[in-house]
Amino acid sequence: MPDGTNFTDVMADRQGCYHRKSDLSAFEHTCKGELTSIHRLTNLENLFRIRLLDPEDRKRFTFQPGQFVILELPGIGEAPFSISSPSSGHGDLELCIRRVGTLTNFLFRLERGTHVGIRGPFGTGFPMEQMHGENILLIAGGLGLAPLRSPIAYVQENRNLFRNVDIIYGAKHPSQLLFTYQYDMWRADDVNLHIIVEKDDPSWKGPVGMITKVLQEIFAHRDADYFQKTYAIVCGPSVMFKFVCAMLNERNIPMQKMFVSLERRMHCGMAKCCRCNIGSTYICLKGPVFDYWSVMNLKEAI
Amino acid sequence: MLFRVLRKEAVADLFGLLAESNRMVAPVQSGLDCLGSPLYAFKEVTDYYEISLTYTTTKIPAKKFFMPFRETMATFIVAGKDWTKKIDLNIDRPFVVFGMHACDINALNKLDKVLLGNFYPMPYYAAKRKNMFIVGIDCVPQPYCFCRSMGADTALHGFDIFLTDLGDHYFVEILSDAAFNFLRQLSVSEPAESDHALYVKTVSAKNNKFSVRVDTTDLTKILDMEFQSEVWEKWGKQCLSCGTCANVCPTCYCYGVDESVGLDLSRATKTKLLYSCNLIDFAEIAGGHNFRPESHSRLKYRYYHKHRGFVEAYEEALCVGCGRCGEACLAGITVPEVIASVRDQES
Ligand SMILES: Cc1cc2nc3c(=O)[nH]c(=O)nc-3n(C[C@H](O)[C@H](O)[C@H](O)COP(=O)(O)OP(=O)(O)OC[C@H]3O[C@@H](n4cnc5c(N)ncnc54)[C@H](O)[C@@H]3O)c2cc1C
Ligand code: SF4
Ligand code: SF4
Ligand code: FES
Repeated sequence: MPDGTNFTDVMADRQGCYHRKSDLSAFEHTCKGELTSIHRLTNLENLFRIRLLDPEDRKRFTFQPGQFVILELPGIGEAPFSISSPSSGHGDLELCIRRVGTLTNFLFRLERGTHVGIRGPFGTGFPMEQMHGENILLIAGGLGLAPLRSPIAYVQENRNLFRNVDIIYGAKHPSQLLFTYQYDMWRADDVNLHIIVEKDDPSWKGPVGMITKVLQEIFAHRDADYFQKTYAIVCGPSVMFKFVCAMLNERNIPMQKMFVSLERRMHCGMAKCCRCNIGSTYICLKGPVFDYWSVMNLKEAI
Repeated sequence: MLFRVLRKEAVADLFGLLAESNRMVAPVQSGLDCLGSPLYAFKEVTDYYEISLTYTTTKIPAKKFFMPFRETMATFIVAGKDWTKKIDLNIDRPFVVFGMHACDINALNKLDKVLLGNFYPMPYYAAKRKNMFIVGIDCVPQPYCFCRSMGADTALHGFDIFLTDLGDHYFVEILSDAAFNFLRQLSVSEPAESDHALYVKTVSAKNNKFSVRVDTTDLTKILDMEFQSEVWEKWGKQCLSCGTCANVCPTCYCYGVDESVGLDLSRATKTKLLYSCNLIDFAEIAGGHNFRPESHSRLKYRYYHKHRGFVEAYEEALCVGCGRCGEACLAGITVPEVIASVRDQES
């Protein structure tokens, strides 16, 4: 108590765990990560492979598909990015990042071997275990494939636990398709891959149109029994998942079995800065992954 | 809770005792407004005679002492491809707030729920909050006060000592052992039956002095029903999106983070800056998409967070009814009027 000399020590020894009920000292803790490789995907997006350096951090860093980290570049800023790699990789993660502003442009100029700061993992993930034994629709629009790549990897690693698996991916233009080198691998793992682009070019042989068009075609060949036993994960811009979820809803997939990932401005990832708040729901804490029922109940979410 | 009574003159001794070894923050008269009425502010003081215990609401709450508008979170030393981060929690010497009104104490209690709650307690706040000693003081309701409607007119916890003026002595509520130990060094006495009666009478006299009320019955549902109402657009047209309301609000805590590099490029600083949800880019994301582009959608969000969302989460509003935002708003937007106009849509 106040007697001028001693005060509450809020900087208690760092404890091993860095999860929800974290101790105070973990709040600003940044894991140091090394950019081990920078993989050019398109002229706007790169895949950054990051290895956490501290053995303690590596041990502690576990995540679920759908969770995100906050990447920090000292003096430049920090921003949230979904983890785009398999959740089985402790301490080694991949972020698929689009060049859009200050931080991301700076990041694109960095060389391999540079150290970056990683905070997290934060937020909720897709409940993959709950989906065991069911069909899965993995639906992505544009950059939405980045967060979807982690559940895709989960399905690949546990292919025996799922029934029918479809990836439905829509992009603006063939040149904007992400992870093209992985498509054959996904197919080889008995995943149906459907890709559609809004605008084609001479080399494009696949379908052209909106993502809802492919869905319509796929659904025409599926019976009511299929939809009874189906989960859906939808990642992409909010206009896209609004239409897609409405379509899934029409087919009687329960809202609690459809999952989306919301994007909001974030400055902390820990339910403190209030920037991601909708009503009283912190998207960084209760999301970014929500089932569609929760989204419908959040005012102004879509 | 323990009760005591303290002679009026002994309050100076209490101040002196606490000031011996602590930083003191207290309300002082800081000037006069254009009508000649006194203005008050929380300031660091050393002398009891600087302070004004009969102050009316300060323009700016005491939050600058535990949630500064600008605060360094961490510094970096950058060397080539590597760097080191030094986290600075700004643990400061303990301090005493001498003379805090019930609304401001309740505001602290609300902030505690968010900032010290289970999930990721915030060390920057905790470092100061846990090192605070609070002496509460009763007040006289002003024409803009609606704390009673918000259930924030009395403080049940969150202070060490609370003083209520009973004429020639103070009725003292004691909550902490530290407070008890300080008071033991002064001439306090057990309250008599007549002191209890006088206290109850004083409090009920205060209750009769409120001139504005906010009807919060079913407010969360009404706000939900009126989410699309055009009253919001009316208020939105008035609002200047200046963010003053959040600045002066004792319960507003949102912030942004800013990083900057020193001139020699080898040092960087990460700074936390309090923000306001009325400012245009509050919910803007990369690529320029703004979730709340119009001023009315932001003003509405402020009310939804405070009077609906927070109630849903904590069963109380994130507003103590201090009236500061309404007093400070150049557009004359006040909480009681906004809420009344939304309720009116229902009738
Ligand atoms: C949960 C989540 C997951 C994301 N996953 C990815 C991903 O996998 N790949 C990807 O490329 N992008 C992703 N984003 C978007 C990414 O955060 C923005 O691209 C990034 O913030 C841009 O920063 P900038 O400094 O380059 O842009 P600027 O426009 O210069 O941003 C300036 C400031 O605004 C804030 N800001 C701007 N946009 C956003 C935003 N969308 N979300 C939060 N804060 C923002 C930043 O904190 C920054 O301080 C994700 C966003 C969220 C919320
Ligand atoms: S309500 Fe008033 S104080 Fe708040 S942002 Fe609008 S004009 Fe400024
Ligand atoms: S919203 Fe206005 S009345 Fe309510 S606590 Fe904040 S400043 Fe006071
Ligand atoms: S990102 Fe700060 S509260 Fe969610």
